[in-house]
Amino acid sequence: MKKVQFSEWGIPSPRYWGLLAFLAAVAGIGGLAALYMEHHGHWVTGMSNQVVWGTPHVFAVFLIVAASGALNVASVGSVFGKKLYKPLAPLSGLLAVALLTGGLMVLVLDLGRPDRLIVAMTYYNFKSIFAWNIILYTGFMVIVLFYLYTMKERTMSAYSKPVGVFAFVWRLALTTGTGSIFGFLVAREAYNSALLAPMFIVMSFAFGTAIYILVLIYAFRADNRSLGDVVLFRLKNLLGVFVAGMWYFMLIYHLTNLYITENHDFVAFVLRDGGIYTAAFWLGHTIVGVVMPLGIIYHPVLGQSRGWISGACGMVILGGLATMYLIIIGGQAFPMSLFPGKTIIESGFYDGVNGLPAAYAPSMPEVLLGLGGVAAALLVTMVGIRMLGFLPESLADSVADPHGGETAAAH
Amino acid sequence: MKITEPTDQGRREFIGKAAGAAAVAVAPGVFLHSVAESAPRADPVTSKVRWGMLIDTSKCADGCTACVQACDLENGLDLQQKPEGETESAWDQQRSKWIRKVKVRDNLTGRVTGMPVMCQHCEYPPCVDVCPTGASFRRADGVVMVDRHICIGCRYCMMACPYKARSFIHEVVEVKLTSAPRGKGCVESCNFCVHRLDNGGTTTACQDACAKDGHAAILFGDIRDPNSPVSKALAQYSSTQIRPELKLNTGVRYHDL
Amino acid sequence: MSASATRRLLATLVGVALAASAGVAAADKNWKQNGNSKATGLEQCVRPTGEIRRYHMDLLKHQRDITVHQGVRKTTDALAGCIDCHANKDAQGKPVPVDAAGQFCLSCHAFAAVHLDCFQCHSTVPAGK
Repeated sequence: MKKVQFSEWGIPSPRYWGLLAFLAAVAGIGGLAALYMEHHGHWVTGMSNQVVWGTPHVFAVFLIVAASGALNVASVGSVFGKKLYKPLAPLSGLLAVALLTGGLMVLVLDLGRPDRLIVAMTYYNFKSIFAWNIILYTGFMVIVLFYLYTMKERTMSAYSKPVGVFAFVWRLALTTGTGSIFGFLVAREAYNSALLAPMFIVMSFAFGTAIYILVLIYAFRADNRSLGDVVLFRLKNLLGVFVAGMWYFMLIYHLTNLYITENHDFVAFVLRDGGIYTAAFWLGHTIVGVVMPLGIIYHPVLGQSRGWISGACGMVILGGLATMYLIIIGGQAFPMSLFPGKTIIESGFYDGVNGLPAAYAPSMPEVLLGLGGVAAALLVTMVGIRMLGFLPESLADSVADPHGGETAAAH
Repeated sequence: MKITEPTDQGRREFIGKAAGAAAVAVAPGVFLHSVAESAPRADPVTSKVRWGMLIDTSKCADGCTACVQACDLENGLDLQQKPEGETESAWDQQRSKWIRKVKVRDNLTGRVTGMPVMCQHCEYPPCVDVCPTGASFRRADGVVMVDRHICIGCRYCMMACPYKARSFIHEVVEVKLTSAPRGKGCVESCNFCVHRLDNGGTTTACQDACAKDGHAAILFGDIRDPNSPVSKALAQYSSTQIRPELKLNTGVRYHDL
Repeated sequence: MSASATRRLLATLVGVALAASAGVAAADKNWKQNGNSKATGLEQCVRPTGEIRRYHMDLLKHQRDITVHQGVRKTTDALAGCIDCHANKDAQGKPVPVDAAGQFCLSCHAFAAVHLDCFQCHSTVPAGK
């Protein structure tokens, strides 16, 4: 395999600055939305005392989970020694940092008291997985930045593998921590499961790889760089495996619940009675997020087309957001089972009277904040690939294929 | 600086309220610093005392909300104001409630029970476990509460509470009581009227109101003291926790649930 | 830099220094409001004046933890005590919010440009119990 050269993203200046301006505007609007929510208080959102985490958390958790998964491409190169992935590693690291930045921005700005961030960083309750996550998230940033340094600085390249292994293990801890935010909660039937941590890990692989592929295809096409089929199809197949794995965990999660009588109401809620949450499950997660992408990825004709592959990646992302909506908001909307064997017929605090789920509708400030986080992540990515030599000049088969183009020839 | 904006509104609001408060409380010019501080605690609380409550659902009257109103009055929750431009239904889902009346019907027998539900003051509170800053904490004497100085408003405790006992303050708080500070962006819940307990009191507002109304369904006291009325009642009457399978060893128990 | 520019710069710097020191001197004097609060008639606060001015935030922060976590209320350092003493009354005898413009807290905090967080939660007047 030829030594891969890296260079800055060379799209024409007006186009670059126009893109940056657009992303900065969206991120800025997200910031203004956060200011609006903080100034007036959360009454301006759709959140209430029943559904306390809303659309910002859907976006934030999605971005954080995707950030961890985006590093996967680099890990496959450093940790598992697959040479084909080595040129893909710098972009992978950059994307991981960018997505985490966006996700954390949304999470922090949604706090009831974002001015107390210093308090959050100085008062620690180490029994709380949230407290651990603060350390895991900031540590992840530092480690990945150092990992990128070992990739790009020639004298540090010997450290690339050990730092890569460390980053890989840290990622697994981070995503376990994110899934455990929900998995550790005994209060609600939707959570309270050891399965959520590994489910989140596989979801992170799927979301991160999908975003990586989209950014790679777009960045290369915009700059007329050649992206060969060998690399693209390898990534595409990887995505397929992860999406299938994600579906497996969701299947086991529901199958197990079906065996647990006390959880039957919840299973019925997700699969049949939950209105928008049922739609998020069947349409969002299953059809758009799993079945259609798998169908495209493994289709003999569609799976070879860049357009269809991009579409599949987009579907995985949309399905991922729907899954997050289902888990985070659906889990709160479903009435808490305070009195098993009894029905609550009156309540002064919306305790699921007669089985009625809690009401929630995303509000404009919440959506704008979430989108602002996405824009911030993309902004960091765009600036990164423009200013730093993180994109390989070519990923054509003859250059990128570790078997010197023979794999492509064999097809 | 944002100081003047809420203050000015507070002052305008306050003029309306102060007349009531000052006039009811004392003679003009004499200020009510510490009528309640008859015996302010000088030493830290210890676990020799554990505050608990027994609620007799058979005495809880249908349609009565005396405990809810008393709690609202005691803690300044009746001073909450719907933000301008918000609908009543949205406001009702966002306003703080530390205690609520719940009526349940048994699915098999059809028997109907009513009771007040508030923070259960667990011995092993999930809300305390999940709070990232340690703002949600359990005091040595069993009271589970929020230290609002370090609460960052993340609402994780609200996700974690198995009794949905906590409220988040969604709006700027214009008027608040000296004994019950509360402000936008933090989480709060029933604290067993801790401002009373710390000043020598031994009853909660809800208990007093229920007794005054003639029902006496709420019995509050030190459950570690075998001679207290609540301990004697717990020894005599059968009682259970809400969601006992969670094994949280709550301080609030229900008879005839 | 030319001689005249140097002179101008020096003059500006001296002017700023004079203004700042005047401001500081003024701040030193203006904590005592011409009001009718309990504090106006008193010689010092719960600590000597210089000490309370420098350390009141630390005292409050220390005491808040003791009060909230240990339930100790018998103290000179409670915020409610400060408000009780420093709140003025208006012509009708009603207390004026202690953090309003021209009142006690802002007399220093406005000059020092330090944001007051207390009154988002704490009552600005001795209200209720």
